[in-house]
Amino acid sequence: MGLENITEEVEFLDQPLESQMTLSMGPQHPSTHGVLRLDLRLDGELIVKAVPDIGYLHTGMEKLFEYKKYQQGIVITDRMDYLNPLGNNLAYVMAAEKLLELEIPERAQVIRVLMCELQRIASHMVWLGTHCLDIGAMSVFFFCFKEREKILNMIESASGGRLTPSYFRIGGLMMDLPAGFENRVRQFLDNFLDAMNTFETLVTGNTIWQARTKEIGIISGEDAIDYGLTGPCLRGSGVDVDLRRDNPYTGYETYDYDVCVEHDCDVWARFKVRMRECYESHKIVRQALDRLKPGPIKADAPKVVLPDRDDMRKHMDSLIHHFLIVAEGFNVPPGEVYHAIEASKGELGVYMKSNGGPKPERVHFRGPSFVNLQALPVMSEGEMVADVVAIIGSLDIVLGEIDR
Amino acid sequence: MNEFAKELKAENADWVSEVKEALGETTITVPREAIVEVCASLKTNHGFDMLADLCGADRGPEEDPRFEVNYHLFSTKHHSRLRLKVILSEDDPHVNTVSGVWKTANWHERETYDLVGVIFDNHPDLRRILLPSDFDGHALRKDYPLRGYEPYSLT
Repeated sequence: MGLENITEEVEFLDQPLESQMTLSMGPQHPSTHGVLRLDLRLDGELIVKAVPDIGYLHTGMEKLFEYKKYQQGIVITDRMDYLNPLGNNLAYVMAAEKLLELEIPERAQVIRVLMCELQRIASHMVWLGTHCLDIGAMSVFFFCFKEREKILNMIESASGGRLTPSYFRIGGLMMDLPAGFENRVRQFLDNFLDAMNTFETLVTGNTIWQARTKEIGIISGEDAIDYGLTGPCLRGSGVDVDLRRDNPYTGYETYDYDVCVEHDCDVWARFKVRMRECYESHKIVRQALDRLKPGPIKADAPKVVLPDRDDMRKHMDSLIHHFLIVAEGFNVPPGEVYHAIEASKGELGVYMKSNGGPKPERVHFRGPSFVNLQALPVMSEGEMVADVVAIIGSLDIVLGEIDR
Repeated sequence: MNEFAKELKAENADWVSEVKEALGETTITVPREAIVEVCASLKTNHGFDMLADLCGADRGPEEDPRFEVNYHLFSTKHHSRLRLKVILSEDDPHVNTVSGVWKTANWHERETYDLVGVIFDNHPDLRRILLPSDFDGHALRKDYPLRGYEPYSLT
């Protein structure tokens, strides 16, 4: 609620013959993907000025981190980007692991990659469904959510939660994969390409879709870098950056996949990048499945990682460690780190500062949606009102992460 | 020492007050008067074309200097990262804006102003971004209570 916007509106009322009008779009508008409000200054149907207004979902998560122990913070991260919770978990736990200098066993790394890529597909499915719904293609939404449902069911079987899994823990995983999980994933992968074919037929080849997306919402590569765009939005502007390849983590450098780059700089390019990423994630999941070998899923750090239940019943020291971790938490050596991962929407960075105690001194999340939304005025000025909806859809924002 | 820190120091010795390397990351503490020049130099001469993140932190009311602002730089060309740090005292929490160097700094600085209370001089549009414009205080300061002073009412 910027005061100057209100003054602008008052000025407008003073001049009834003025040809421009101010339209407040949102926060309840369904195409703003949550509670985003846009102040649009319109000349007829053309956008002269667009000012995003955020903060309707601010819940003070960064403040809350400072009052919670490190392991309790994982649960808060789930609620941030609620379409990509495993990515948030990963960024948070990896920042803490960097401070603690923990070595994560091979199996845990592979499962992390596997789950994150499944989550990326699920996140892209929501994006595709809602993007199509915004532009007017109703049925794609249901097909997308059908695929997403299968992934959420798999995540639920592994972690117990669908939207809030909290599956990754500092030093490894909450628990191992359940029996039969690999077969479920393989079955999903076998059918997923058919589903992608359906989407390609329904959407990609659709001339109405192409007319609505091509040459809309243009941002050049230099501008995209200047505005800090990351992820598919940056790659849609022809900049070849993918943190999985450029700042590799959890062994992404050993997987075989392509970084999808498109050079059209418009909504269509961002659409194509995300569609191609679904195939690449599909490839990575398959490779991760082939690499799954039995082994430990937790780091060898008894003062940080909770012991197995079985171990606790047999060994006195495990019981003591368990009690201390749960009751008092573990101390993290003083220092500061910034760890960034390639989440489904772009660079998800965590700045974590420790003062040596069991609670962090400062945790800051660099949400990709927050930064990507800032470029919305550049993309939408000069376009039509109906195109703003397409542009918001192509940015793939989640307000939970923007407002934190 | 990190090559960028070395080059920066060679360029102007006043720009670098401290270089710290820990956990594979380099932190360069920069005097607050020089931050815009340092950022512009890193952007044009050293390829740090993207400001990945900017965030403020409060060390606590008993600490002096109390605030710090962290700039996380990233290069889309050589993919290295660098952290710049500006330290500010409680009485004078002013630093020049870098939104002229990277446009992305605009919202990051608004967020830092909103939550930590660091004031960015010459910022084009410095107003609250996440909290309402009539909110009292800065929520991420250590002396601000977790549940606020009183329930906030929208009416």
